[in-house]
Amino acid sequence: MSTGAIAEPISATRTRGWTIFGWFAFAFLIASQAIAIAISPPDRDMGDLQKIMYVHVPSAWMTMLAPLTVLVFSLKYLWSRREQDDLVAASAAEVAATFAGLTLALGMIWARPTWGIWWTWDARLTSMLVLFLILAGYLAVRAVVDDRDQRAQWSAAVGILGAINVPIVYMSVRWWRTLHQIQSSPSTVAPAYVIGLRLNAFAFLFVMIYFIRRRYDAALTLRAAEHASESAALKGGAA
Amino acid sequence: MPWRDEWRRARAIAWKDLTAERRSKAVFNSVIALAITILVLFGFALGPDAQALRDAAPGVIWLAALFAGVLAFNRSYQTEIEGGALDQLVLYPGGRRAIFAGKLMGNFVLVASTLAIVVALGVILFQVDLPAQWLALVAILFFGCVGLVTLGTLYAAMASRSRVREVLLPLLLFPMLVPVLIAAIQATKSLLGGDLMHDAGAWARLLAAYDVIFVAASFLAFDFVIEV
Repeated sequence: MSTGAIAEPISATRTRGWTIFGWFAFAFLIASQAIAIAISPPDRDMGDLQKIMYVHVPSAWMTMLAPLTVLVFSLKYLWSRREQDDLVAASAAEVAATFAGLTLALGMIWARPTWGIWWTWDARLTSMLVLFLILAGYLAVRAVVDDRDQRAQWSAAVGILGAINVPIVYMSVRWWRTLHQIQSSPSTVAPAYVIGLRLNAFAFLFVMIYFIRRRYDAALTLRAAEHASESAALKGGAA
Repeated sequence: MPWRDEWRRARAIAWKDLTAERRSKAVFNSVIALAITILVLFGFALGPDAQALRDAAPGVIWLAALFAGVLAFNRSYQTEIEGGALDQLVLYPGGRRAIFAGKLMGNFVLVASTLAIVVALGVILFQVDLPAQWLALVAILFFGCVGLVTLGTLYAAMASRSRVREVLLPLLLFPMLVPVLIAAIQATKSLLGGDLMHDAGAWARLLAAYDVIFVAASFLAFDFVIEV
């Protein structure tokens, strides 16, 4: 149930600054990857396969950060009812799903030669997969609901409940595994690898912010187009 | 006493749903038939080996209850939406949470009776021996059922009013129910095995915590879900 015949347009504040930021983010990413690969010696066991860590691990971190953005902006939307907040949450959810998919794919590529298997029902792998599915559900709600207010409120509810569930899923999956077999302990990282990892964490953070912002711009443009076509239709009907 | 009024409203809605169901038996019969079919099909999938069936029984029982429950959740709003009664229900005086509480109780009775039949049949078909601590098993069934029904009732309020209700509800619900399924299946499994590892209690606590968190969150979220 739309409240008005014409939705008010949201002023799109697109600036050249974000394009420059995008260039900076990708340049930083390329440089960080180059530095990380150059300064880290081949791993004793894994050899150069270890280099996948510089994309896999930061991507996994972003998959933790992006759903947090969804949670914050979903709550903010229910509080303020500003449509912008809903659009930011939606953009963050899309980016989160992308990073979750990327993390899973990169993890599998790494696991095949290292562990000899594509997949294992380990706590972290399984909860990442469940997170990916929860995000898919969130995006499905947005895709099938046409009414703006309904879509915003429903997806905010789904987003908040999903975010609450993530730690519970992780805990339950960990118990499920550890009650039966001992989990492989996370290995400590040698200092030679730490710098590369840190640099790339920031690089991925910049890229993620840029992605969310670009997706948000696209959503605003779409809204402006909807508004233009609605008002044109109304004007045509009145004449 | 506004609190008592809300409770009476919730009871009235649950009673209305259950009376409609008792007279038509439209949902219950199909839900039970589906649950039994799922049990039988899993029997074929897992083969005639008695030990394999016994090991898989807890998982099969909970999955059968979950799949059958999804059918019930969507139907619980659909009859009202088709009759145009849901909007009116929302317009009645009193809190919307009473609607959710009423739907929740109605669905709980429906799914709990389904679960009882599924368990009874599963015990027979999958050659399971009932444990000595059958009371603990009932508690696990109760907690698991609450978790299932709470999120099912909340998400069905959205899914049954969308274009693609058959697809949307499982898509939203199943990933969210992963902790419930894991905990309920593991607790049931260990109880059926005599709880040798003494881990059923830990799973029961996880289930109870999940129930408390999501019952509270669902009551808060329902206002926003039903509003538009």
